[in-house]
Amino acid sequence: MQKQSVFQSRLLPYALVAPQLAVVLIFFYWPAAQAVLQSFLLQDAFGLSTTFVWFENYRELLSQPDYFAAIVRTFVFSIAIAGASLSLALLLAVMADKPLRGGALYRTLLIWPYAVAPPVVGVLWVFMLNPSLGILAHGLRTIGIDWNPLLDGDQAAALIIVAAAWKQISYNFLFFLAGLQSIPKSVMEAAAIDGARPVRRFWTVTFPLLSPTIFFLLVVNIVYAFFDTFGIIDTITRGGPAKATETLVYKVYVDGLLGGNLGSSAAQSVVLMAIVILLTAVQFRFVERKVTY
Amino acid sequence: MVEHEGIRRYVAHLILWIGIAILAFPVYLAFVASTQDNAVIANGQMSLLPGGHLLETYYKTIFVGTSGSTREPVGTMLLNSFVMAMLIALGKIAISIISAYAIVYFRFPFRMPIFWIIFITLMLPVEVRIYPTYKIVADLHLLDSYAGLSLPLIASATATLLFRQFFMTVPEELLEASRIDGAGPFRFFWDTLLPLSRTNMAALFVILFILGWNQYLWPLLITTRDDMQTIQIGIRKMITTTDALTEWPVVLATAVLAMLPPVFVVVVMQKLFVRGLVETEK
Repeated sequence: MQKQSVFQSRLLPYALVAPQLAVVLIFFYWPAAQAVLQSFLLQDAFGLSTTFVWFENYRELLSQPDYFAAIVRTFVFSIAIAGASLSLALLLAVMADKPLRGGALYRTLLIWPYAVAPPVVGVLWVFMLNPSLGILAHGLRTIGIDWNPLLDGDQAAALIIVAAAWKQISYNFLFFLAGLQSIPKSVMEAAAIDGARPVRRFWTVTFPLLSPTIFFLLVVNIVYAFFDTFGIIDTITRGGPAKATETLVYKVYVDGLLGGNLGSSAAQSVVLMAIVILLTAVQFRFVERKVTY
Repeated sequence: MVEHEGIRRYVAHLILWIGIAILAFPVYLAFVASTQDNAVIANGQMSLLPGGHLLETYYKTIFVGTSGSTREPVGTMLLNSFVMAMLIALGKIAISIISAYAIVYFRFPFRMPIFWIIFITLMLPVEVRIYPTYKIVADLHLLDSYAGLSLPLIASATATLLFRQFFMTVPEELLEASRIDGAGPFRFFWDTLLPLSRTNMAALFVILFILGWNQYLWPLLITTRDDMQTIQIGIRKMITTTDALTEWPVVLATAVLAMLPPVFVVVVMQKLFVRGLVETEK
């Protein structure tokens, strides 16, 4: 944790940590504390008085069918986005891990979408799948699908999932490729000598050895689906139609914009915090276990 | 056996090219559409090959903006995005490297509590405390300012942890040696530690620049003036809910311009990018 030999100074170390401490306290702890505090308060309709109501805001929030639906929806989105982008990325990484000519070029051509911002991803996909002028929408109609994500909630959800998964492929690909390259060649050779065919070799040797990477990516992808899809949703559907694409983060945003219920909005933030802390804790525990292995 | 190997290789090449095509197609389409006439696109008649409006569209996008409203030209938005991304990346690196220095190279009361206070911020993105943060920034009169855009996003521990980890691997002998040369904490930091941290700083810079450039929700909330918009916000405001009014060539040209800087950084500084990504996620 610390060096054996250190500098002696009474004030200098405080001066060095002061800028970061100030930023963190003002822009992190203060607002987080405010959110927690507000979630226990109830404001009257005119904002004149507030009362401490314990968990009233939470109880009310969780009893709303709307909120419950948003929780379920967010998890469905997360699983779909993670599943789609992880499996495609794994396929590509396994292919790119082979000794092929042009391997470096393949990597470059597959990782750049990481840098595309969520709202830009939204624009790209909304343009291709716009019911009246999109090229892919035209294609879908030709094969007999009545494509209209502006009215059909399931189609809108599918559009968000596809766009979000598209962006995340490159990130997953990069980590899968690194994971594959860290598997010792000797292990694979041993399996080959034992006569295991490539497909079998993948499922019995490669896949188990990749499981730490898969688990890590699963958590990262879920967090991505929770937060970074905001820009995609906001440019493609704005939560609609009829809330069919309203995730938890999008709901916090919309409810906050409408103003109104501060306590409920704060309670929503706190629930989100709890979910993220839980996910991070799961990840840390796992990382620890990997280290002691 | 050898024949099988050959076929497998062809299959691998094929799958990789299909993957590349899937990733590249939306961007290709956006670029092609940005060089065509709006009326043609609106009719659903666009061509899959570039049209003749390239210079015209991009000139209009960068210097004029969409017509029929008071929207800012995209040039201004590019500048705002650039300033915000630079402030976030450089600001975070600057405050993190000195606090990590204090935590590793000094022994002082409350050292560990301070470390934990910073460490915990690792867990929560700005989205979960978005409105309280908005209120604080508003109270500090930082709405529509570069400080308001960047400061709340600087409040996170990733960079501090990274530098702390790196400093721990720096051999003790270096400090002893500079001590013998009579160096104090400032000179040791400046002459020894900073040069050693160059690669780490560069890798971190690449990642933070991309993250900063791609920020969306926060700038959306705190910019009200059109001339303070970042490019990501500008794009979304160009898409009107009624299809007929959306100027698609301009919108897509803006999308292309918005992704150029970060994609350029990833492709050109690939080594640093990969290193930064792997290290910040550890």
